[in-house]
Amino acid sequence: MVKEGVEDWRRRKQDIEANNRKVEVLSKNGTFGETKWKDLRVGDLVKVHKDEYFPADLLLLSSSYEDGICYVETMNLDGETNLKLKHGLEITSDEESIKNFRGVIKCEDPNEHLYSFVGTLHFEGKQYPLSPQQLLLRDSKLKNTDYVHGVVVFTGHDTKVMQNATDPPSKRSKIEKKMDKIIYILFTILIVISFTGSLFFGVITRKDLSDNGKLRRWYLRPDQTTVFYDPRRAIPAAFFHFLTALMLYGYLIPISLYVSIEVVKVLQSIFINQDQEMYHEETDRPARARTSNLNEELGQVDTILSDKTGTLTCNSMEFVKCSISGTAYGRGMTEVEMALRKQKGVIPQEEVDDDSLSIKEKKANSTKLVKGFNFWDERVVDGQWINQPNAELIQKFFRVLAICHTAIPDVNSDTGEITYEAESPDEAAFVIASRELGFEFFARSQTSISLHEIDHMTGEKVDRVYELLHVLEFSSSRKRMSVIVRNPENRLLLLSKGADSIMFKRLATHGRQNERETKEHIKKYAEAGLRTLVITYREVDEDEYRIWEDEFLKAKTLVTEERDSLIDAAADKIEKDLILLGSTAVEDKLQKGVPDCIEKLSQAGVKIWVLTGDKTETAINIGYACSLLREGMKKILVTLDSPDIEALEKQGDKNAVAKASFQSIKKQLRDGMSQTAAVTDNSAKENPEMFGLVIDGKSLTFALDTKMEKEFLELATRCNSVICCRSSPKQKALVTRLVKSGTGRTTLAIGDGANDVGMLQEADIGVGISGAEGMQAVMASDFAIAQFRFLERLLLVHGHWCYRRIAMMICYFFYKNLTFGFTLFWYEAYASFSGKPAYNDWYMSCYNVFFTSLPVIALGVFDQDVSARLCLEYPLLYQEGVQNVLFSWGRILGWMLNGIISSMIIFLLTINTMAAQAFRIDGQVVDYSVLGVTMYSSVVWTVNCQMAISINYFTWIQHCFIWGSIGFWYLFLVIYGSLPPTFSTTAYQVLVETAAPSPICWLTLVLVVFSALLPYFTYRAFQIKFRPMYHDIIVEQGRTERPRELPVQVESTLHHLKSNLSRRDSWN
Amino acid sequence: MIMMEVEGSMNHAPDQSSFLRSRRSKALYQFKQQKLPACKPVLTPTSVITVFLLMGFVFIPIGLITLRASRDAIEIIDRYDVECIPEEYRINKLSYITNSSIPKNCTRYLKVQKFMKAPIYIYYQLDNYYQNHRRYVKSRSDQQLLYGLEYSHTSACEPEELSNGLPIVPCGLIAWSMFNDTFMFARESMKLKVNRNNIAWKSDREHKFGKNVYPSNFQNGTLIGGAKLDPSIPLSEQEDFIVWIRAAALLSFRKLYGRIEEDLEPGNVVVVNLINNYNTYSFSGQKKLILSTSSWIGGRNDFLGITYIVVGSSSIIISITFMLLHLKNPRPYGDNSWNKKSLSS
Repeated sequence: MVKEGVEDWRRRKQDIEANNRKVEVLSKNGTFGETKWKDLRVGDLVKVHKDEYFPADLLLLSSSYEDGICYVETMNLDGETNLKLKHGLEITSDEESIKNFRGVIKCEDPNEHLYSFVGTLHFEGKQYPLSPQQLLLRDSKLKNTDYVHGVVVFTGHDTKVMQNATDPPSKRSKIEKKMDKIIYILFTILIVISFTGSLFFGVITRKDLSDNGKLRRWYLRPDQTTVFYDPRRAIPAAFFHFLTALMLYGYLIPISLYVSIEVVKVLQSIFINQDQEMYHEETDRPARARTSNLNEELGQVDTILSDKTGTLTCNSMEFVKCSISGTAYGRGMTEVEMALRKQKGVIPQEEVDDDSLSIKEKKANSTKLVKGFNFWDERVVDGQWINQPNAELIQKFFRVLAICHTAIPDVNSDTGEITYEAESPDEAAFVIASRELGFEFFARSQTSISLHEIDHMTGEKVDRVYELLHVLEFSSSRKRMSVIVRNPENRLLLLSKGADSIMFKRLATHGRQNERETKEHIKKYAEAGLRTLVITYREVDEDEYRIWEDEFLKAKTLVTEERDSLIDAAADKIEKDLILLGSTAVEDKLQKGVPDCIEKLSQAGVKIWVLTGDKTETAINIGYACSLLREGMKKILVTLDSPDIEALEKQGDKNAVAKASFQSIKKQLRDGMSQTAAVTDNSAKENPEMFGLVIDGKSLTFALDTKMEKEFLELATRCNSVICCRSSPKQKALVTRLVKSGTGRTTLAIGDGANDVGMLQEADIGVGISGAEGMQAVMASDFAIAQFRFLERLLLVHGHWCYRRIAMMICYFFYKNLTFGFTLFWYEAYASFSGKPAYNDWYMSCYNVFFTSLPVIALGVFDQDVSARLCLEYPLLYQEGVQNVLFSWGRILGWMLNGIISSMIIFLLTINTMAAQAFRIDGQVVDYSVLGVTMYSSVVWTVNCQMAISINYFTWIQHCFIWGSIGFWYLFLVIYGSLPPTFSTTAYQVLVETAAPSPICWLTLVLVVFSALLPYFTYRAFQIKFRPMYHDIIVEQGRTERPRELPVQVESTLHHLKSNLSRRDSWN
Repeated sequence: MIMMEVEGSMNHAPDQSSFLRSRRSKALYQFKQQKLPACKPVLTPTSVITVFLLMGFVFIPIGLITLRASRDAIEIIDRYDVECIPEEYRINKLSYITNSSIPKNCTRYLKVQKFMKAPIYIYYQLDNYYQNHRRYVKSRSDQQLLYGLEYSHTSACEPEELSNGLPIVPCGLIAWSMFNDTFMFARESMKLKVNRNNIAWKSDREHKFGKNVYPSNFQNGTLIGGAKLDPSIPLSEQEDFIVWIRAAALLSFRKLYGRIEEDLEPGNVVVVNLINNYNTYSFSGQKKLILSTSSWIGGRNDFLGITYIVVGSSSIIISITFMLLHLKNPRPYGDNSWNKKSLSS
């Protein structure tokens, strides 16, 4: 509770900080003055400077650029770091008129859709349509633009970001919830036995005084008594006895369990934080358990919902390979290739090592490491390409890369180094690559692009300026971009790059020389998880150009709705008859170890969903790269990018679109179901076909509709991998909620950006990647790790351990309290249920605190069934947590039963051996204090030895705590027994004088402890031998040190677990 | 035996050198990384069989020895509560015991079967008597027993706290209901000497009961409970009282009465002249007189020995069962029949 309070307070501090940030607002007198964010009102005209966050959703009016454009970074919204271009309406982009700007904006109500905005601007009697292009969203950042002017449209909670935010929930683990249920059971037991006791007590007490005044047990003076024992008022007496009994048997309810669990979890978190193997040296970030509530939940994760950018990938693109005129360049190996090779085991490890090592060495010698560039080929680097036979083509190829883009160079005036701000990281990678290979792009104006080039004939460095005529921009439907430039030789060139599916159709017949080779290379690159683009060019006639330009400009200046399609059509006309140069391969660099980690996790039976804001193609690419999607997997693509719907959209009938979309999605889901169903029916086949579901954001909106979510979920659970692209933060959270509530299983969300916050909060466990970007995700997460690959260790090792520890600990706690509590009850039955405990009050108070608490805490903090190495070696072990075998009702009740049986054995054996006869050679007989001490010692010994035989991991700590607890009991007895008798009462000298010299006390103890442990030990011995659990086998394996070969029995247990797994997968 | 594996781990540390500088920091590192050297006992079939066999072979001899020790203690038990009531009162025993005008003398003859070596302990046993009843146990004042009238907070003693407005010493139900049958022993008309000293625990005599605390105002009320105490003897010397007030644990209990410090030969007849004062008839309790010798484990009780033997034998049986099952599956890892069964079921 305190912990949560502190967390809330921190969050509040952040809120206050955000509220008091300053922004410049135009005041009535026409000057800009500073105002706090919280005082911002709708309709205010604000000025935002470079690298500042937008304080509210703004309508862009004008910017420092003439045409009213600006660049924004939406990292916090969708996790993408590339810059997005926004442009204001032309009529508002006039700098000077801003101050007297009068207009009315009508727009939609606040909603959570980040990529849509509908509105109109009434200005000077005319109406202008508004689109998302003019909307600057709160929490995005102004980049590469000195300042912008904007009008506040939505503030505070109406902003799209806040609409996407969800309240941080308080999370509790499933085990704890189940524990509450067990507590209810114990309460029931408590009430039942108290009631039974009271009933007997009432009946017996009533008999003590007969109606004619005769006293039965006269020594109790039933004629002169208080209400508690009054035979004439037996019912109230029984009632009061009931209350006494509730207090007495209160030991059944382990109140200290809650305290111990808190302590244990905090310690577990410290161990997680301390783990060296989850410490990322480069960023100096250890793993951090931000809440300790969910440690054991880590061992039960069924579905992982992962963000992509920054989580799976490093969020940087690297130019690794290219194919120029049919020759493949680039010797590096991608992560995926390495992973694939490793899987196949074709190439001996060492050879690979040697190979890559030598490359690394050479690389280190030749070039320094450049971010975004991981290309090495002795034929090309260091200007060597000029000696290649196809040097001219290589030159053309890199020229295209250096010119055909929309990046902006940023020259560091001190060092002269050039960095680039690009719309997409791919472009940045191209520009960097061409710079590294001698085509340095260093300046851009509205009409020109300047390069430093190496002339391939002379090898000299020359500056060349290309006149930029037109940019035909990239769009997801066109899947290509082109520029038209005039080169210094005054020739018109169309330079174009695009997706292979589009570009090969557009090649000229004479431009297809190397088509076959290039296609082959592209296929190889794609298999290696690389993103490929085809690079082409063509020379354009002046005449042709002039005709085309007219048409294009006409289309561009149109203000009707058809504008875009006309521009596309115009662009289409010139982007043809292209000549193939080659293709590029860019690695969206996966974080280190991601494919391995995903592989391990899927071996562990954990399902992984990727929820990303990225484009469908990118997402699929990454899916392949991190082996979520595999060759031979059947892909089910659910999308709304069909011509019918686009046509409908053009007509603008929203209802019709929605209806058609709904139907379309429904149909697609049905199709998917029937495909998967066919396979599930034939699951007997050796290699059942695997499915991957890819769904885009728009479709997701419909699929998450309450009417359809069930079908969607069912389809998704049947697929081996699910990828949701173009999904908004809200959708991520909704998907998470759907999985969580729909399957009822534990979900883990992992992400790094502010756009993942909703998802992290919604999931049972939120894991934040404490990467370079922002801390919002970390702040909202339950665990923070520096790299995705640490998730493997976090789940398979720490999750497994913590789950096992907590499960064992709770079971044991119930066991030990039942053992103790029931001895009290049995004794009651022999004391006419009068409420007299068998033990001295002090023994009882100390039971949970001193004599049994430390070993159980040691169990909760230190126990390991299987070492970390074996946990990772046998990932399937993780299923024990997912299927919750260690905390099943059978196990819990088994432990409870064990407790009750133990208490019976302890009680019956003790009272029968220590009966009326003398228990010492000097003829003394057993009295209340001796019986209590003997029985209590038996309980302390039994529960502690039970601990010793139920754990299988002893360090000095365990030894210390277990044997120390027992030792402490005797120490306590000696000290307490030597206090004055008025204080120690029945314990006075009880051990030293009375019990210890009696051999029968010790013999009873030995007998009782062994007998009480016998049932459990026998069960366990037979169970390990004849019905071993998976971890039992692994423990044996680990001991015999034959980790490689799995004996048949293991296989069969594996099979058992696996079949559970597949049964579970088919879900309904 | 249980197999141990010690997992030392020094080859994991990424920057070993700094951690290995001293033993202490290495231990700390292992602790933090949860890689402390640990022994991991594994229940292998061999170890299971060994443990059970060992347990059996240790427990059975212990059982036999204790059983023998128990048999070494010779006991004579005589229940006298019924026999000591004249025939005419047997129908209404209560009227006999509560009528103080009737003499309660009674004679019992105990025949010695086996040689009993001195000291022979004399006990009285009460059955179905709840000395562990909460109301009863609580009704005493340890402070008063130690400090006498100096201590006046004796409300726990209710309803035997005050009599005629004056505090009772010793107060409380236990004291009030003290056992008051008396026994005289003779053998062949020779009086047997009974030592009634040192029957209470030493610590009780010395530390729990005041040497200057004398009974006062005791058994002066309207209802007389049990024995009266000699007001001239301090409580610390009233050993019968000290024995009585130390509450028994269970509803059948014995209390030490004294010791006969002469051997009894087989065939001897011990004549007991007792006064049957104590009322156990209202709650159908029983009264027994017991003469018993003691061995090193105390008095006679076969339960411990028998249970040891039973537990020992059952663990041997378990181990044999286990062994047979184990032999039936000579290659346990190869056998997965159970698993198939469990899958098909």
